[in-house]
Amino acid sequence: MHELGIVFYIIKDVKKAAEENGVTHVNAVVMDIGEVSTIVPDYLTDCWRWAVTKEPMLEGCELRINTIPAVTHCDACGEEYETVRYGKTCPHCGSGETWLLRGNEVEIKQIEV
Amino acid sequence: MTKNQEVKVIEIKKSIFADNDLDADNLRKELKDKGVFLLNLMSSPGSGKTTTLIRTLNLIKDKLRVAVMEADIDSDVDAVKIKEATGIESIQLHTGGMCHLDAEMTRQGLDNVPMDGLDLVILENVGNLVCPAEFDTGSCRNAMILSVPEGHDKPLKYPLMFSVCDLVLINKTDVMPYFDFDLAKCEEYVHMRNPKATVIPICAKTGEGVEKFAEWLLNEVNNWKKS
Repeated sequence: MHELGIVFYIIKDVKKAAEENGVTHVNAVVMDIGEVSTIVPDYLTDCWRWAVTKEPMLEGCELRINTIPAVTHCDACGEEYETVRYGKTCPHCGSGETWLLRGNEVEIKQIEV
Repeated sequence: MTKNQEVKVIEIKKSIFADNDLDADNLRKELKDKGVFLLNLMSSPGSGKTTTLIRTLNLIKDKLRVAVMEADIDSDVDAVKIKEATGIESIQLHTGGMCHLDAEMTRQGLDNVPMDGLDLVILENVGNLVCPAEFDTGSCRNAMILSVPEGHDKPLKYPLMFSVCDLVLINKTDVMPYFDFDLAKCEEYVHMRNPKATVIPICAKTGEGVEKFAEWLLNEVNNWKKS
C-alpha cells in the first residue's frame, strides 16, 4: 500500500508547517501530483481520510489534488510531447533520447487554515 | 463570503521527498566517515534476493567484513536463513506494513549493526518494484534483481526502479528455455532507461555468474573507500 506511506509523509510535513506558522488546525491540504508520479489519486484520498482521523490537528481536513500533466522533452529534435500517450519514444523524430520535463511531482502546494 | 475571508492559505511548495533526500545525503556522509559501504538491494518478491545474497556472501566474506539487514513487512525467515547459511551477522527490520525503507528507517537499522571494522552492509529492501525506488535509503549504490519468470519487459513497466539502479542482476537464467525471456531485449530495455547500468546475468541456484556480481561488489567497495 504505497499511498499510505505517502500520506504519512504528507502529514509529517503539514504538521511541521502548521507548527511553524502557529496554526492549531488545518482545514485543507492542496497537493500537486504529477500524472506519472505513480500515485493513484483515489487511493491517496482514501488513505488520507483514514489517517487524518488519528490526527487531532487534521480532523476533517480535506485533501485536494491538482494533477500535473506529464510532458517529455526530446533532446534529438527539441520538441515536447505528452508522456502518457507516447512514452519514452519521441513521436516527432522517433528518438529515445528523451527526458521527463514535468509530471513526476509529489508536492504539497499549500495548506488552508 | 465571510467564511472564505477567514481562510488563510500558507504556501508550502515542497516535495514530500525533500526531507528524505536530505536525510539520505547525511547518512551517506556519515557512512563515508565510518568507511562503511551500504548497498541497497531491491527486487520483486520471489526474485531470489536471499539466495543470491547467500551465494555472494560466501564468495566475499573472506575479503570484506559484511553485515546484512533484511527489511520485510513481517517475519524473520530471511535473517535466520542468511545467518545459518553464511554465518554472517544479519538483522531483521520490520517496516510495520510500509512497502519500502526510507533513510530514517535505514539509519535506525544501522544503529543496531556493530560498525567497527565493518566494510560493507547489504540492505535487502522490501520486495517491491515501485516504492523502494522512490525513497533514497542513503545507500552508496543501488542494485536490483530481475528474475527470468518476471519477463524481459519489466524495465519498460517499472522505469523508475531501473533508472535508479547502478546494477541490474538478471537471475534464474537456468529457466530461460521455459520462458519467453529475451536477454538481449531485456538489456536493451534496461539501457533505454539507464544507459550507465551494469547488467549481469546470474543463476543463484547453480552459482553461475555470481562471481561476477561478487567482483563488481568488491570493486565498488574498494573504489568508494578510495574516493
